[in-house]
Amino acid sequence: MSNTYDPVEVTPLHADEVARAQADALAAIAAARDLDELKQVRLAHAGDRSPIALANREIGALPPQARSEAGKRIGGARKAIGQALAARQAELEAERDARVLVEETVDVTLPWDRRPRGARHPLTTLQERVADAFVAMGYEVAEGPELEGEWFNFDALNIAPDHPARSEHDTFFVESTASGKVLRTQTSPVQIRALLSRELPVYVVSPGKVFRTDELDATHTPVFHQVEGLAIDKGLTMAHLKGTLDRFAEVMFGEGITTRFRPNYFPFTEPSAEMDLRCFVCRGASASPGNPPCRTCKSEGWIEWGGCGMVNPRVLIACGVDPSVYSGFAFGMGIERTLMFRNNAEDMRDMVEGDIRFTLPFGMEV
Amino acid sequence: MKVPLSWLREYVDLPAVTAQEVADKLTSAGLKLEAITAHGHEIKNVVVGQVVVIEELTGFKKPIRHCLVEVGEAAPREIVCGATNFSEGAIVPVALPGAVLPGGFEIGARKTYGRQSEGMICSEAELGIAESSPGILLLPQDTPIGADVVELLGLRDDVLELEITPDCGYALSIRGVAREAATAFGVPFRDPAAAELPAASGPSYPASIADPTACDRFVLRSVSGFDPAAESPLWMRVRLIRAGMRPVSLAVDVTNYVMLELGQPLHAFDRSRLSGEIVVRRAASGETLETLDHVTRKLHVEDILITDDTGPISMAGTMGGLHTEISGSSTDVVIEAAHFSATGIARESRRHDLVSEASKRFERGVDRELPLVASWRAVQLLVELGSGTADPGVTHAEVDVAPVRVVIPSDYPGRVAGVPYERETVVRRLEQVGCAVVEGADAASGDGGAHGVAATGVVSSGDLHEKLAVRGDDLLTVTPPSWRPDLTDPNDLAEEVIRLEGYEGLPSVLPPAPAGAGLTEEQRLRRRVGRALAYAGYVEVLCYPFMGVRDLDDLQLPADDPRRRATRLVNPLSEDEPYMRTTLLPGLLKTLVRNVGRGFGDVALFETGLVYRPEPDAPAAAPVLTVDRKPTAEELARIESALPRQPFRVATVLAGEFDRSGWWGAGRQASWADAIEAARTVAREAGVELEARADRHEPWHPGRCAALYVGDVLVGHAGELHPRVVEACGLPPRTAAMELELSLLTPPGPAQAPAVSAYPVATQDVALVVRSEVTVAEVETALREGAGELLESVRLFDVYTGEQVEEGHASLAYTLRFRAPDRTLTVEETTAARDAAVALAHERTGARLRGV
Repeated sequence: MSNTYDPVEVTPLHADEVARAQADALAAIAAARDLDELKQVRLAHAGDRSPIALANREIGALPPQARSEAGKRIGGARKAIGQALAARQAELEAERDARVLVEETVDVTLPWDRRPRGARHPLTTLQERVADAFVAMGYEVAEGPELEGEWFNFDALNIAPDHPARSEHDTFFVESTASGKVLRTQTSPVQIRALLSRELPVYVVSPGKVFRTDELDATHTPVFHQVEGLAIDKGLTMAHLKGTLDRFAEVMFGEGITTRFRPNYFPFTEPSAEMDLRCFVCRGASASPGNPPCRTCKSEGWIEWGGCGMVNPRVLIACGVDPSVYSGFAFGMGIERTLMFRNNAEDMRDMVEGDIRFTLPFGMEV
Repeated sequence: MKVPLSWLREYVDLPAVTAQEVADKLTSAGLKLEAITAHGHEIKNVVVGQVVVIEELTGFKKPIRHCLVEVGEAAPREIVCGATNFSEGAIVPVALPGAVLPGGFEIGARKTYGRQSEGMICSEAELGIAESSPGILLLPQDTPIGADVVELLGLRDDVLELEITPDCGYALSIRGVAREAATAFGVPFRDPAAAELPAASGPSYPASIADPTACDRFVLRSVSGFDPAAESPLWMRVRLIRAGMRPVSLAVDVTNYVMLELGQPLHAFDRSRLSGEIVVRRAASGETLETLDHVTRKLHVEDILITDDTGPISMAGTMGGLHTEISGSSTDVVIEAAHFSATGIARESRRHDLVSEASKRFERGVDRELPLVASWRAVQLLVELGSGTADPGVTHAEVDVAPVRVVIPSDYPGRVAGVPYERETVVRRLEQVGCAVVEGADAASGDGGAHGVAATGVVSSGDLHEKLAVRGDDLLTVTPPSWRPDLTDPNDLAEEVIRLEGYEGLPSVLPPAPAGAGLTEEQRLRRRVGRALAYAGYVEVLCYPFMGVRDLDDLQLPADDPRRRATRLVNPLSEDEPYMRTTLLPGLLKTLVRNVGRGFGDVALFETGLVYRPEPDAPAAAPVLTVDRKPTAEELARIESALPRQPFRVATVLAGEFDRSGWWGAGRQASWADAIEAARTVAREAGVELEARADRHEPWHPGRCAALYVGDVLVGHAGELHPRVVEACGLPPRTAAMELELSLLTPPGPAQAPAVSAYPVATQDVALVVRSEVTVAEVETALREGAGELLESVRLFDVYTGEQVEEGHASLAYTLRFRAPDRTLTVEETTAARDAAVALAHERTGARLRGV
C-alpha cells in the first residue's frame, strides 16, 4: 500500500461508484436462476476480484480523515450484497428442493436383496448364550469327544454296569457292545475329563451334542444338545447350587425369574434335584384360579428345565478328588427343550431338518 | 405307580385335602406327580336293585328283556335291558331316571322297544369300573336294596399316578407312598406290613437256595382246597384296575393285590404241578423254559431260576413258567415270596427283554423283610376269599446278611445343604425314613462309612467306603431300614434329611466368582467362523452325524479312500446309515437337496462339527476302568488310543444363484469360486492365509478343485462338485462345496499392527500376457516379490482371452499400488519397482507386457 495518496485517482471509492457496484450486484443476484448461476454471481460481485472488494483495498490509500466515511460506505454495500446473496441462496435452495430433488425421486420400496442372507442355527447360538452366562460368572467352557469311552460316560459317573441306560435301548454302542466305546449320552463325561485334567477348583460349563436311541418326532431327537455345568471347590453347598441356577435363570429370562428344586435321582449327584424355571411369560400367575391360561407353562406356573445336584462323592473319588476336602455341584439342561419353550419352537424336527425357513429368522443370535 | 387315594387313606390319616394337595406334597418329597385321574365323581342316582320279574320280548334282532326291578321305592321300576346274564332275584346296580354315569351320560325315562323304561341296569363298564364288560354287574345277594352304589362300592376315588425314580423301589407300593404321605403331612402311618404272623410250625413245601448270590431269602406257604371258581371281590378288582392291573383270577389277583399294597412280588404255583424240592439256582447251559406268555425261552447261565426235579419252573422275579401256572382247576396253591439279587433280576429282565411288575420292583430293591409277611397276607386272602385252608408251616430259606450302617456327623446334612439343621431335626428325619439312629460311631462300623453288604445290595470295597467316610464331631451311626437298600453313603442320608426338610427351604447363595479365563482361542475362532459364514450368506444346519456306504459311493470315493474307514454303530437308527461320518458333506448335500425339493433352488448352507476318523492301528476296545480311585495316566491313555480321532471341521455347499437376479439385472450362479472364497472367509477369521492349488480329489470336479494349504499343511478342499456326484446325489447342476479341518487352522497369535503411511499413493497398471497353463497365483506371487517393499497392493482387475492375444495365452491386467512410509515416491522410483515386478514375473512365468 502506498504512503502517498491522491483522492482523485481512487474513483472506485466514489459514492456513486459504490452505489452502482451495489446495484449491479443486487440486480445480478436477483437475476440468478439457479444455484450454479448464483455461485458465478457470488464470484463476480462478492469475490476477491469484485468491484466492491477492489474498492475495499483502496481505503488504505485515502487520507485518514476520509477513511472512516469510505469504510462505512463500502461496509454497507458489502453487507447489503451479502444479505442479498444469502437470501437468494436460501430461495434457490428451497426451489431446488421443491423441484429438482423431486425429479430425482426413486421408489425406495424397491428391493435390494442381491446378496443372500445367512444365519446361524439357534441351537448353536443358544448354547453360546448359555455358555456366556456362565463365563460371566467365572466359568470356563470345557469340551470332550462325542464318541466317548464307556468309563467316562457311565462308570466314572457312578452309573453301574447294570443301569438300564447302558443298554442298546438307550445308548448307541460303537463297533461292539464290548468295545468300551459309546456315543456319549450326556455331556457329563466332559466333567470327568475336566476333573482329571484341570487344577482344582474347577468351574466349567460344557455345551455339546449328545446321543440317545430315540426315534425322531416332535419332542424327541436321537441327536440333541445339552449344556452341563460343574463346580468343585472347598465348601460348596446345595445353597450355592440354588444361587447359581437362580442367577443363571435371571440372566437368561429376566429379573425375578428364579428356579425351584424337587427331589429326584441321578446316579452322579446326591442329593439330586429336578429344576423348574418360574414361567417367564405369566410369572406363575396362570397357576392361580381365575387368571388367564398360559401356553408356555401350560398354566403350571413352572417349566421343567433340567436336573442338578451335589456331585456324588463316588464321582469325585473316581477322579481322584478327596470328597472330605472338596465338594461341588453339577447341573444340566436340554438345549432343544429350552429353545422350544423360550422361542416357541414347537417341533423338534424343524431343528434337525435344516430347512432354511426355520433358521433364517434367528440371524446371528437367539 | 398308580395310587388310588382311598387305598392310601387306609394306612395314613390324611387330612381333608384334595388329591392335588396330596400330589403336591408327594412331589415335593420326590414322588413326582404324572397325572391325577378322577373316578366316579360325576356318577349319581345309581342304586342297588333286585330284579323281580323278567319278561323276554320277542320280535327284535337281539334278545331284549323287560324287567321289574325293586329299588326300595313304593313300587318296582320298569326297565328294558339288552343283557341276559341275570335271572329273577339278581341284585344289580340300577341307574334311575336323572342318573348320571361316567362321561356325563344322563339316564332318563323313555319309551323303547315298545315299553316304558325308567332307568338302566348297569354293567361294570357303564359304571366306569372296567374298560369293557360282558354283561350286567351282579352284586352279592346280601347287598341292601336301594343303597347308593357309588358309596357302597367305593367307586368315587382319585388315582395319583406318580413317577418313581430308580432308587425308590419302596415307593412302588401303597405302603411306601403312604409312609411318604404320612411324613409329608406329619400324620401317623399304619404299616400294612406290621402283621401278626403265626408261630413257626415247620416247613411248608420243601425249598432251598443253591446260589446265595442269586437270592438271600426264599419263602413258601401253601393253601389247600382252594375254590378255583371263586371270583375276586369287586372291591379288589376295582383297586387292581385303578392301579393299572388287569384282574385275571382270584389267585393271581391276590398276588398282585399284595404286591401293590406291600411292594413284594409274589408268585403262585399249582402245587399239583410241582415235583420234588424247589431249588433257587442259576441256569445250566442249554436249559429252556416256556413262560406264561407261551414263549419258550433259551436261558442264559446267569439267569436266576426257580427249579424243581423237572428243571426250571420259573424265571425268578421276572416271569413264571407255563407248566406250573395256576389254572382254572388249581385247588392247592404254593405262594412264593423271595428276595432276589437286584442286579441279577435287572440283567435277566434285560437279557430277555422282559419287563414285568415283579422285575421292575426287584431291580429297584425290595424290602428284604417282606417275604414272610407278604406271603402270609396272600394266604389269608386266599383262605378268606377262595375258601381254602392255610396249610401249617412256612418254608424259609435264607442267607445271612449283615446290615448296612452309615456313620455321619450330625451336622453333615446341613453341611451339604448349606443351611444348618438342628441335631434333633436330623435324627427325627432319619427316623421318619425308617432308620435306626444311634449316637456315636458304632464299634462294628469303624470310624465312618458304610459296612456290611447284602448279597443283593451294593457290592463295594472297604477302601471305597473309607474314602466316602465323612469326618466330624458328634457322630451318628445310622442303620437304614430294610426297605431302603439305596441308602448306603453319607450323602444318601444327607439327601433324606434335606428333602424331608424341603428343598424349597434351601437358601439361594451365589458362590464367589472363580477366576475364569474366558473362552479359549479355539472357542472364539469357532464362533467367528460361524458368524463370518452366516454374514457371507450361508445358513447353518446341524445334520445327524451318521452316514452309509451309499453316501460315500455317491461321492465317488475310491475304494481306498481314507474317508471309507469309518466307525460302525452296533445299533444304528437306520441300517442305511450305520457309520459315523468321516466328512461333513453327505449330511449337507442331503439337506441341500431337501431345501431344493421344498422350493428353494438358491441355497447356501454350512455346518461345523466333529467327524470321526478311526486310526487303522487303534486298539479295538477301550478299557472300562475301576472307579474307586483316579485312573493312572497310562490307563487313561489306553482309553484315548481306542477312540477315533475327532477333528472339528467346517463345510459349505451352495447351488443356484449366489448373487440374486432382480430388477437391477441378472444375478450370478454359485460357482467353484464361491466355495473357495468360503474357505478363505474361514481362514481370514483364523488369521491365516490359504493357498489354493489345483487338485483332483473326489467328490470335486477334476478341473475345478482346489486343495487348500496353510503353508505346507493340507487343510481341505473346495470347488465345484463332479458332475457324477451331482447326478448321484440329485443335486442342482454345478453345485459347489468346501470342506476344511478347522482344527488345523491355528491362529498365529495377535495380529500385528501395520505402519500406516500418510504419503500419497502411486498407481501403475500393467497388462501381462501369459500362457494359459500359468496360474494367476504364480504371476501374482512373482509380481509381489519383484516389486519389493514399496508395493502396497496388487489387484487383478481383468482377465482377457480372445482375438487381441495370441491363442493359448491370456492377458492379465493388474493395478499395482506403491507407497513409501517416509516420503512421496518419484515417478522414477515407482516405474523402477513396476519394471522389477514385471521382470520377475517374466523370469518365473514367461509373462510379458502386453503390446511389447
